Amino acid sequence: MEIIDILLAASFWEAAIRIATPLIFGVLGALVCERAGVLNLGIEGIFTAGAMAGWMAVWLGAGLWGGVLVAALAGGFFGLIHAILTVPLGLSQHVSGIGVTLLATSLSYFTYRTALPDVSSPPRIIPFQPLDIPILSDLPFIGQALFSQTAMTMLALVLVFVTGWVLYRTPLGLAIRAVGDNPSSVEAQGLSVYGLRIGAVVVGSAMMALGGAFLTMSAFDAFFFGMINGRGWVCIALTVFASWRPGKALIGALLFGAFDAFQVRLQTEVGAFFPSQVFLMMPYILSIIALIVVARKADYPKALLVPWFKGQR
Amino acid sequence: MIRFEPRSNPGPILVYGVPVFAAVFAILLAAIPLALAGAPIIEAYGLMISGAFGSVFSISEMLTRATPLILTGLAAAIAFRAKLWNIGAEGQLYMGAMAAVVVGTGVIDGPSWVMIPVIMIAGALAGALMLIGPTLLKTRLGVDEVVTTLLLNFIVLLFVQMMLEGALKDPMSMGWPQSEPIIDSAILPPLLERMRVHLGLIIALVAASGLAVFVKRTVWGFEIRAVGENSAAAKFSGISVTKTMILVAALSGGLAGLAGVSEVAGTRGYLATDLSPGYGYAGIVVAMLARLSPVGVIISALFVASVFVGADSMSRAIGVSSYLADLIVAMSLLCVLIGGFLTRFKVRFDRKKTAG
Repeated sequence: MEIIDILLAASFWEAAIRIATPLIFGVLGALVCERAGVLNLGIEGIFTAGAMAGWMAVWLGAGLWGGVLVAALAGGFFGLIHAILTVPLGLSQHVSGIGVTLLATSLSYFTYRTALPDVSSPPRIIPFQPLDIPILSDLPFIGQALFSQTAMTMLALVLVFVTGWVLYRTPLGLAIRAVGDNPSSVEAQGLSVYGLRIGAVVVGSAMMALGGAFLTMSAFDAFFFGMINGRGWVCIALTVFASWRPGKALIGALLFGAFDAFQVRLQTEVGAFFPSQVFLMMPYILSIIALIVVARKADYPKALLVPWFKGQR
Repeated sequence: MIRFEPRSNPGPILVYGVPVFAAVFAILLAAIPLALAGAPIIEAYGLMISGAFGSVFSISEMLTRATPLILTGLAAAIAFRAKLWNIGAEGQLYMGAMAAVVVGTGVIDGPSWVMIPVIMIAGALAGALMLIGPTLLKTRLGVDEVVTTLLLNFIVLLFVQMMLEGALKDPMSMGWPQSEPIIDSAILPPLLERMRVHLGLIIALVAASGLAVFVKRTVWGFEIRAVGENSAAAKFSGISVTKTMILVAALSGGLAGLAGVSEVAGTRGYLATDLSPGYGYAGIVVAMLARLSPVGVIISALFVASVFVGADSMSRAIGVSSYLADLIVAMSLLCVLIGGFLTRFKVRFDRKKTAG
């Protein structure tokens, strides 16, 4: 009975969508990279860089959308490093991705510490505020659950449709999907495999960075060390779960957000019986379960992880 | 036009010189963030060198730091050789440390020559099991081990936290979430009077030499290399890829678990959630700098350890954030990757586009 009450509350779905937002950005970014044949394990670091750079830009007076832009550029920069190492140089996507994560994380932490050497409590910015759209925000239930989110959540939802439209309805999307399945066929068409792959990784990484920026500029109002806390890796798992489709990515992220919001509420009900860590583990355990569930039928892009060199047939 | 031509036979200067060059280059690159932080660059480098090598104490600190890095470096090296992407050494390290605490805080007691092997075996087993699980998921169900091992790092850390607030909590710790101390007979003794460097270093060096012999001179080592180079061909020639993967998982996870034993019974004396500042992840860098060679791991672990200890000491002296060390380590990983490419390919700049 209580469970039904929880699930029917608008505040529950408001929390679920809020928790899902950074994951939507992250999964979209990861699937754009992987659709082009490049696994981007830089995601965890790119989240951190987006969170730090976006926040820092706002703190220095760039304005909230200026911060979003800076975060995207930071993500694109680290994406470019990963793309150069893995596409024309054809180096191990696993190792390069871990390297980019280590680099982006340490550079973000170093920059933050250098700019703010001795702050005991992290300085705060004024983050994105909940939207107040006439009529829509006043609708019962959905007004609170959806239309009172921040502008960044709306941006994430719009990106789902844009990514889906580009991937499935445009020649560019066809080329990106082809370059992740059969790069030689793309070259035979006279298109640049390197260009498509590098472009996809840079754009995908910029999208990942927005997920980080959401955390410091919308969900919270400050940057903390260790705040990404594995969200990037969760996105990599959700990408497989979503079988590399933007629509399913949205559903996967929302399901995940709903589970997470639910366990927080469950914790207040039955928290006395279980240590809090059991609940904190849930997101990671859920991700592993999601991977196991789809593993058998996962339809990986055929050229994922496979380097391709110019002149190779 | 830039073209890459495969080198048929890279000479030893290239093969051994490139990692050294990459490491030095990464350290030089650190001048940029140092300058941006407004630090005196030459002085900062001087402080880093003296911080890592300036006295017997600093060398002992550096070797103490190198000990877990050798073990996690070996863990990554053996796994990556077989293309088993174990990114979970951090979690395996904590499970090893926890197993050592379970058996090493007074449940059983005996002389050191019994207790030390007992906690080592317990820790290695716990670490091995932590990796065998994801490996079975990979070989049986096709679940990507990269993501599972990464996520397990977070799960294990929360599990350790839970145990330290529950069953393993030291009642005498005044409320701090930490375990009871390891009993004296299970402590890895220091190698030098009044210094922290301990028996764990010897264990790590023995493990490195043992692994080198194992990989080079045994059938199993040959099978691991064969599976890593071409698993389809290995399978065709009658090698059981699944069995080899499980063996690699046991070795890799076991070594990472030993790193946890060494930290908890050698360096710290008790378990807390800040036991490892990312030794598991740094082990990947150590392994790559060593080009996955077990003996090379010793050298690159010494390098990474001296960067950490040197930067810590520099940071205390002139106030530059010690995250500089993590930055240097990350840059050296990317540099050695590029360097590895340059050993395998010649870069040619063609003035004119040649036909064909």
